[in-house]
Amino acid sequence: MSYIIETWDLTKKFGTLTAVDKLNIRVEKGEVFGLLGPNGAGKTTTISMLCTILKPTSGTATVNSFDIVKQPAQVRRSIGIVFQDPSVDDRLTGRENLVMHANLYGVSANEQKKRIEAVLKLVELEDRADNLLRTYSSGMRRRLEIARGLIHYPKVLFLDEPTLGLDPQTREHVWTYIRALSKQEDITIILTTHYMEEADKLCDRIAIIDYGKIVALDTPHSLKEKLEGEIITVKTKDAERLSKKLTETRLVDKINIAGDELKLNVKSGHMVLPRVVEMAASSGIYIESVSLHEPDLGDVFLHYTGRAIRTEGGEEYHGLTAIRRRQIR
Amino acid sequence: MSEVRGIYTLWLREVKRYLRERTRIVSSFVQPLLWLVIFGTGMRFQFSGTGSLKYQEFIFPGIIGQTLLFTSMFMGISVIWDREFGFLKEILVAPVSRISIFLGKMLGASTDAVIQGIIVFSLGFVVGVPVNALIFIKSLPLMLLITFGLVCIGLTIASFISSLESFGVIQSFVNLPLFFLSGALFPLSNIPAWLQWFSYVNPLTYGVDGLRTIILGSSWTSLSPLHYDILVVCVFDVAMILVGTLAFSRRR
Repeated sequence: MSYIIETWDLTKKFGTLTAVDKLNIRVEKGEVFGLLGPNGAGKTTTISMLCTILKPTSGTATVNSFDIVKQPAQVRRSIGIVFQDPSVDDRLTGRENLVMHANLYGVSANEQKKRIEAVLKLVELEDRADNLLRTYSSGMRRRLEIARGLIHYPKVLFLDEPTLGLDPQTREHVWTYIRALSKQEDITIILTTHYMEEADKLCDRIAIIDYGKIVALDTPHSLKEKLEGEIITVKTKDAERLSKKLTETRLVDKINIAGDELKLNVKSGHMVLPRVVEMAASSGIYIESVSLHEPDLGDVFLHYTGRAIRTEGGEEYHGLTAIRRRQIR
Repeated sequence: MSEVRGIYTLWLREVKRYLRERTRIVSSFVQPLLWLVIFGTGMRFQFSGTGSLKYQEFIFPGIIGQTLLFTSMFMGISVIWDREFGFLKEILVAPVSRISIFLGKMLGASTDAVIQGIIVFSLGFVVGVPVNALIFIKSLPLMLLITFGLVCIGLTIASFISSLESFGVIQSFVNLPLFFLSGALFPLSNIPAWLQWFSYVNPLTYGVDGLRTIILGSSWTSLSPLHYDILVVCVFDVAMILVGTLAFSRRR
């Protein structure tokens, strides 16, 4: 089996902060591979190293069998990138942005025209191609960036938080393009996200990453499968006390507390649910709401990291982003 | 070959962006006109040492030099804009060497600055300087040479600085001494000897002197022969291109 991306103890430190810690991943050709983690987990730093924007502190990786440290030029030719932050020139038109990209990547003049039409069509921007970028909405810019990343027939396309800051409808739209893309083009897609739903819907395999380390790696299906049974979510102010009571019984496999929510992994929800409510009532714990559902990736994340993905503070993120900004010159 | 194409692509982008900013082009007429007409008229009796030249004639090549200086330095801001708006990343991950990225940016910014210089050149008739096609053709290469080095200063500073505000501050620290000590506004014989030494290490002094020699002809007694002026400016260019390339090639 040949891997399109392979990393060996890939590490990046910013001063005392270890953003990526001895990462070892292997990505197969043609798959949609997701890096899922909270803000500041090291996803973008990982991508930046794979894209040769940042140099690893130690370890290395190969992309399309080129070494990211020793052969950055060949790596760059093999990849397309859609950055987390916008990276288009808004004083130029959509088409001009694409032509410029094609020229920078050495796409021959004959091929350029056809290719640009094709990628514009893929993201449905043919009508607006000759308008200045500053007149585009943020969703349209995103789509143009996806189109741009594809022009030079990259072997790997990196999408760093492709739907961050987009409204739900536009997000659905972008998902449709990404799915179409992985079918139509001979391409491997690496996607980072902190949206569970996004990872679940798009990815063939997901690596859950936290504090620069991989805590789990599998298909969305088997990640969820590993959390056998069902999840009961109990909302109560007395989460701690209820959790203590429940550990004394053998009703529940695992308990996670996220704020005032208690997530209980159970084998058979319908059997356990009444017992939990009963126990709470008899101990005088007031329950605000109870729900029973199949595990989703959010539960998977909670299961592996002990934290809910959305409750991560923004502070760390700003710190890391600021550092990254300074690195890029 | 692909490197040349990369340079051309980046050059084209700079020029396109510049030509789309109509207001900037129109306003570029105004400032030099103010210098030539108001400042030039107001100060014309104050100076000695301009020989048979009218003061306005004397400062005309200096104002061209000033325009090249200010525009070139200002172009450094485009690097900071690009970084701020994320576009720099798109260029930096492209399979084009940092040297080519720098050269493309440098040539583009120089083209913009020289277009500004040409606009000022065309204002010669306003102050009665006899400019013609031949003088123009002779001046153009020198204008380009002056611009290259100056643009490199702006780009180098911009590569070390991340905010627009601090770029503005540092820019004026560099701009004004270079401008005042170049002899653009007054003959260098008017300043004390110790200050003249700073003028002699100022590359713009030789640029302005060269432009005066070409534009004013025999009525201007040059500081140094034209070929010497050109040589100094060329050495300055090569040094600054090296410095700028190094500044752009840093990668962490």
